[in-house]
Amino acid sequence: MTAVETSTNRTMPADADSEPIKKKSMLGEIAKRFTRSKAGMLGLCVVIILVSMILLAPVITRYDYAFQDPANRFAYPSPQHIMGTDNFGRDIFTRLLYGGRISLMISLVSVVLSNFIGIALGSIAGYFGGWVDLTVMRLLDILMAIPSLILAIAISAALGSGTFNTILAISVSGIPYSMRMTRSTILSVKTNDFVEAARATGSKNFRIIVKHILPNSFAPVLVSATLLIGTNIMSISGLSFIGLGVQPPTPEWGSILAAGREFLRDFWPLIVFPSLCIFLTVFGFNLFGDGLRDAIDPRLKD
Amino acid sequence: MLKYTLKRILWMVPVMLGVIIIVFTITFFSPGDPVMNILGSNNYTPESYAAKAAQLGLDKSYVEQMGTYIWNLVTKADLGRSYLTNIPVSVELANRIPVTMRLSLLSILVMMGIGLPFGILSALKQYSVTDFTVTALSLVMAAMPSFVLALLCALFFGVVLRWLPPTGISTWRHWIMPVFCTAGGGIAVFTRMTRTTMLDVVRQDYIRTARAKGLNENIVIRKHALKNCMIPLTTLTGAFVATIFSGSIIVETIFNIPGMGTYLLLGIIGRDYPIITGSIFVISLLVCTVNLFVDIVYTLIDPRIKAQFISPKKKAKLMDKLVQTKGAEAQ
Repeated sequence: MTAVETSTNRTMPADADSEPIKKKSMLGEIAKRFTRSKAGMLGLCVVIILVSMILLAPVITRYDYAFQDPANRFAYPSPQHIMGTDNFGRDIFTRLLYGGRISLMISLVSVVLSNFIGIALGSIAGYFGGWVDLTVMRLLDILMAIPSLILAIAISAALGSGTFNTILAISVSGIPYSMRMTRSTILSVKTNDFVEAARATGSKNFRIIVKHILPNSFAPVLVSATLLIGTNIMSISGLSFIGLGVQPPTPEWGSILAAGREFLRDFWPLIVFPSLCIFLTVFGFNLFGDGLRDAIDPRLKD
Repeated sequence: MLKYTLKRILWMVPVMLGVIIIVFTITFFSPGDPVMNILGSNNYTPESYAAKAAQLGLDKSYVEQMGTYIWNLVTKADLGRSYLTNIPVSVELANRIPVTMRLSLLSILVMMGIGLPFGILSALKQYSVTDFTVTALSLVMAAMPSFVLALLCALFFGVVLRWLPPTGISTWRHWIMPVFCTAGGGIAVFTRMTRTTMLDVVRQDYIRTARAKGLNENIVIRKHALKNCMIPLTTLTGAFVATIFSGSIIVETIFNIPGMGTYLLLGIIGRDYPIITGSIFVISLLVCTVNLFVDIVYTLIDPRIKAQFISPKKKAKLMDKLVQTKGAEAQ
């Protein structure tokens, strides 16, 4: 019943002030539960530290990521170069910081893109049902038959490397999952009374989906989006590692690792530090996503 | 039951057709000219270019080319020839499929062999030190992409400690690292899922009943809890098949394993589109087949699902039998 009230309130400006309070309390509740989960807070801290280091890269390091120092190749970690230098004498720490910008940017943009398309298609399929749903789901079956990393590899191989093409490849490979997620959530939300009420008051389908159903199904979609950030970072670095994705000299964690692979036997910093970066980022986002899921829906917790 | 299985197998036909169309379209409309690639960008004449294009069938329209490709694939299992080496893709793949299959299936076995006992242990001792350690380790493993794990293992066990050979597949010792690295992320997620499923199952009424009637705890876990755990876990295994396969593709390139992954990579580096299209199609086909197999196993082990697909005749017979035994008991 409360959901019906809030949804009708939205059309009445006079009651507008009662709504933010309600919404705030729900968010507050989630935040409170989230701060109680140690793992989730650890994830959040890791993410905040990493993101701020990446954003503050020009302040933290005084080197240029493309600056080559041939006299100082393969330097082991020292106070001057805290992670050493690579095969061209470039500072590894600097390259990892700037590389993080590329990885994070591609990952976030792809999450937004694939969720945007996935939510649109998923809500159409879930809301209308019938033959629309059947057609979309059958097409999805075909897309899901290709493992998502392989699909990304195919698109990336066809389009060629580069930041924009990588975004496209990763986004497309993420669409099926966000679509499935949205569809199943909407299937359960659309049976609620407030949807019926909205329809009874004469709302159009589009309005019902956007104003009533989507806001009520944002939680699981948000959680899967957070977890997708980590997955995407793994896929991006995987693509760059096999020579697709982002190409040198642009620093990217996967391509740095690919360069390090050639010197596996002789020079460990070029393997260990990029690995650590990928691991920490994915670890942080995963913990954060898990914590968020438990906070939004405590029933899901074991 | 048979009807369901047949239906599932038949459904694979349009799905695979769709996969070919998608992959063919992606590679067809990609920039870069294969003819130019073969002839070299500056030593060809318009005549030799046209001749080569006609020989490869590249001068025909998109629909015609796709039609020929699908026709050759369906009737002759022919996936075209590599542009660069001129070896048929199907011949090369036939040599490489067993290697990738072996790597992937071994990884799935390792994933279940490690994930299952640790997940159960962690669920049975919830909130203990063991549980905490297992959960923490699985969180760490889940955040490691297989190729990062593979590189770190190759560095640590192959180069620093020299325990295991870093490349090749000649002895069983060569397989240890690739299999574990491919399984890595899967082990982590499978352990967590087993834990969650087990926690869910041990809270059910029938477990309480089993305990209440004085059964040994060991038997309760083994016979009552574990059996009911297996059903959701089997579906989960299906979900991991795709992840494990795509993980093995990259891991192969690190350990120099001559499987489909290294082949696909060769195709990508050389812009050799028949290799790319063929490998991706075969990988998808394998993933779908293994998934189908898992689904069928799932229906076989779950009596509830099995009951749904029982034929009406058999059902009537079973009902009769049930009534008779009930009647006999009443007498």
